[in-house]
Amino acid sequence: MPSPSAVLPPLFADWFARRGWAPHPHQLALLEAARRGRSALLIAPTGGGKTLAGFLPSLIDLAERPRDGLHTLYISPLKALAVDIQRNLTAPIVELGLPIRSETRTGDTPAHKRQRQREQPPQMLMTTPESLALLLSYPEAAAMFAGLGAIIIDELHALAGSKRGDLLALGLARLRRLAPDCRRVGLSATVAWPDDLAAWLGSGGAEVARLVASGGAKPDLAILATREELPWSGHMALHALGEVYEAIKRHRTTLVFVNTRAQAELCFHELWRLNDDHLPIALHHGSLAVEQRRKVEAWMAAGRLRAVVATSSLDLGIDWGDVDLVVQVGAPKGVSRLTQRIGRANHRLDEPSRALLVPANRFEVLECRAALAALGRGELDGERPRPGGLDVLAQHILGMACAGSFTADALHAEVTGAAPYAGLKRADFDAALGFAENGGYALSGYERWRKLFRDSLGRYHIVSDAVARRYRMNIGTIVEASMLKVRLGRGKVLGEVEEYFAGTLTPGDTFMFAGQLLAFEGVHGNDLIASRAGGGAPKVPAYEGGRLPLTTHLAAGVRALLADPRAWRDLPAAVQEWLRLQRHRSELPGPEGLLVESFPRGPHDYLVAYCFEGRNAHQTLGMLLTRRMERAGLKPLGFVATDYVLAVWSLEPARDLDALFDQDMLGDDLEAWLAESSLMRRTFRSVAIIAGLIERKHPGQEKTGRQVTFSADLIYDVLRKHQPDHLLLRAARADAASGLTDIRRLGDMLARVKGRIAHRRLDRVSPLAVPVLLEIGREAVYGAALDHLLDEVTAELLHEAGIAPAPAARTSAS
Amino acid sequence: MPEPQPIRFNGVDLLVEAEGALLWPEERLLIVADLHLEKGSSFARRGVMLPPYDTRATLERLARVAERHDARRVLCLGDSFHDGDGPARLDAEDAARLTALGASAELIWLAGNHDPAPPPELGGRVVEGAFRLGPLTFRHIAEPLFAAGEISGHYHPKASIDLRGRRLSGRCFVLDEHRLMLPAFGAYAGGLDVFEPALRALFPGDFAVHLLARERVTRLPHARLAGYG
Repeated sequence: MPSPSAVLPPLFADWFARRGWAPHPHQLALLEAARRGRSALLIAPTGGGKTLAGFLPSLIDLAERPRDGLHTLYISPLKALAVDIQRNLTAPIVELGLPIRSETRTGDTPAHKRQRQREQPPQMLMTTPESLALLLSYPEAAAMFAGLGAIIIDELHALAGSKRGDLLALGLARLRRLAPDCRRVGLSATVAWPDDLAAWLGSGGAEVARLVASGGAKPDLAILATREELPWSGHMALHALGEVYEAIKRHRTTLVFVNTRAQAELCFHELWRLNDDHLPIALHHGSLAVEQRRKVEAWMAAGRLRAVVATSSLDLGIDWGDVDLVVQVGAPKGVSRLTQRIGRANHRLDEPSRALLVPANRFEVLECRAALAALGRGELDGERPRPGGLDVLAQHILGMACAGSFTADALHAEVTGAAPYAGLKRADFDAALGFAENGGYALSGYERWRKLFRDSLGRYHIVSDAVARRYRMNIGTIVEASMLKVRLGRGKVLGEVEEYFAGTLTPGDTFMFAGQLLAFEGVHGNDLIASRAGGGAPKVPAYEGGRLPLTTHLAAGVRALLADPRAWRDLPAAVQEWLRLQRHRSELPGPEGLLVESFPRGPHDYLVAYCFEGRNAHQTLGMLLTRRMERAGLKPLGFVATDYVLAVWSLEPARDLDALFDQDMLGDDLEAWLAESSLMRRTFRSVAIIAGLIERKHPGQEKTGRQVTFSADLIYDVLRKHQPDHLLLRAARADAASGLTDIRRLGDMLARVKGRIAHRRLDRVSPLAVPVLLEIGREAVYGAALDHLLDEVTAELLHEAGIAPAPAARTSAS
Repeated sequence: MPEPQPIRFNGVDLLVEAEGALLWPEERLLIVADLHLEKGSSFARRGVMLPPYDTRATLERLARVAERHDARRVLCLGDSFHDGDGPARLDAEDAARLTALGASAELIWLAGNHDPAPPPELGGRVVEGAFRLGPLTFRHIAEPLFAAGEISGHYHPKASIDLRGRRLSGRCFVLDEHRLMLPAFGAYAGGLDVFEPALRALFPGDFAVHLLARERVTRLPHARLAGYG
């Protein structure tokens, strides 16, 4: 390790000394790498002066050789983080008297400032992947970025592997061409796959040095040993919030993490109900109005809060030094995620972070225990970055055409330099280019309206500036559900809810939002109008997504724990008792193989499979199993999936389980179900928007705030029938396979358990099956049941009208 | 395909097809509304490259239904083309599909607001305003004051029902004792919820829908639908 004085110029060494700081070894190592012109990936726990490490080489370079022109580009996944970083960097720039202008450039930057930034760029520009894509689409991009010396990408672990990451990697490949000598710095939390991350950062360029900062003191972790009775099911952990409140009182500042926005609302509400001491406790989640979130963050930074209840909206962001406790309510779902959340507490490396896990039910106790064991062994999990999306590629190609003409060969060579597209087939590139050109349809009717034309030299150009204007209005890969603004009367906007939630309300219904009890009055345009409500049982907004599935790694930990009775000693007595009873009445799921129980209950027969493959994989399995049971005449009525278990109920009992769970269900059945599923339709909509088929905004329409929407469902149905191999359908299938359906994981499991299914036929529900059966009333019922439900409604109505006999057997359990 | 559902309207026995068409068996008359042919190319010329297969999808379905019921006449209740230039953009194959349909059944084009008068070279007969047959009156847009025995299109009605936490939506027929409204038949035609004010004004009291979803037709009273109240 070089000594600080050898590396730091005197001006900077003095500045560190004045502040009473000693440079961290990783800050100096990064400086060394930069001096040699090398790109570097810095992996460090939150804190530890990571951001300063990234900027230090640029500050020194500009201090030694002051010059105009864009020098350093900083890219963050969060607008707010870009703004905070710009503000924080002002301190060293002013204190060191450096001739550096630093500015932010986000979607909120006013037009005149954007214009100036393109003509006279600052030396340091803080921006987001979307704004970078926008800058790269202008013909001036070549001049603007020609002198670029450094690119700093913050929170790299949150970008690589996502579609935003795909877009950024393609942008990096373009920057490599515009500024070949520019070095890159990636800043990342600890991840399970650093090699992939380094390859990603190197997109199209030279090898990347890897620097790993020391982890500091080991965290101090505990699972709440509740005095209350441990619930059998549910995810809200309301039973334990009294104890969480006590913990908040004992600490200076507590971050209370939950897994969903609905949990956040309920948890916040309950904590305030208990808050006899009037502690300043705030709420933070992604649906709240931006101003409200910024306010909470500012209070937090100023040390004015004792606790914040937050979702993953606070997983990333600026560091707060004062947090001395992190509470995780509900199961952590993944070890890496838990590590990152725990890292939000106490950023002084020499003091341990303190964290308290609060399981909401018995299975979650097992999951928390398995997570702690994995943390103790220093293990991490999470998905490796997947190949880049063809929809993002199509968007990028159009953007590059807006910047200037290109030949297909040159652009193909450029984009395959981006790590997510390293394996891109030429035929797929050509299909994406064809899509950008005129939709890429086999039926060629659209030549006269195409967006790109090819000149006699084979160079592609946009046909008009209007194409570029529209492209620039629709940049980005974040696709949101249709949202309504929640407005108090005619006044303040509290935040947003998914449109479909509003559809479930009737005037007078109460619901909880932004920590208040509101009464629904109606929908006007894009606003959901509400008033403050006095009381009543509230509905809680149920949000799409937000529920991450249990990771494979953590699932294996839970299975291992179940299978090893000696390890039960550390579990709460009630949980031990529950597992012992299960062993007595049925058996415990082993670390390998698959335990399936079946038993009669009421008029139905239940089948419970202990797969431990996460909710998404279980839902897919449920869909496929019910189709197969339908064909076998078992008359399935519905199913419910949790992270651990799948339960299916039917009129007839299932007997031949080997046949039922055969891998061949991943063939035609999967195709047939997936093609019709609402999940595929949602996925297609996102793909169509990202690729630019459906525009989010249209010139002339932006002022009204009304979106130009065309039903993606209708396009999907027509395209599927008439051109099933179209680029958008292939992109949607690829997304569905890796994302919400978890088909790969399901396939791995079916292969693993083949010939190893243990079927227990029981005369009644087993202790381990109780939790999933309790979910039946709360969770939506899926599968073949929907058709039956429609028939049920019809039969009910006929019955009311005195036309047909009552539907006897067709009612499903709930 | 599921069996069509029989309904009785203004003293006439009709059949509701799951594809979204209405049949008058006694007259061998097939009725469809809002085909919106060439909607895809209408968007394409403004730079939104929707798949160019909507016209063939719509015409293939129409031909299939007409054949299944051996229709003698096919009555299109207006907005048959998405815009006035639509017929000019029709490609040769689709024009041939239309000609073939016209050879097996008489085509009657009611003028709509998107396509005031489909051109004569498409074959068939153009009717302005209303088409009357027996106790029934067919129009493009429902008349607010006149109702008895009126069958119309234009609004593209759709409805939703909540089934244990999940919402199911689809195009629908709407009817009360005076009026019957058809869903849009066109592959790219969107929808308007039956509780939107424009539709509620035409069906102010009790009404029923025939919901087209999950490849079946389900008759539901308005009070059972999502959004009621």
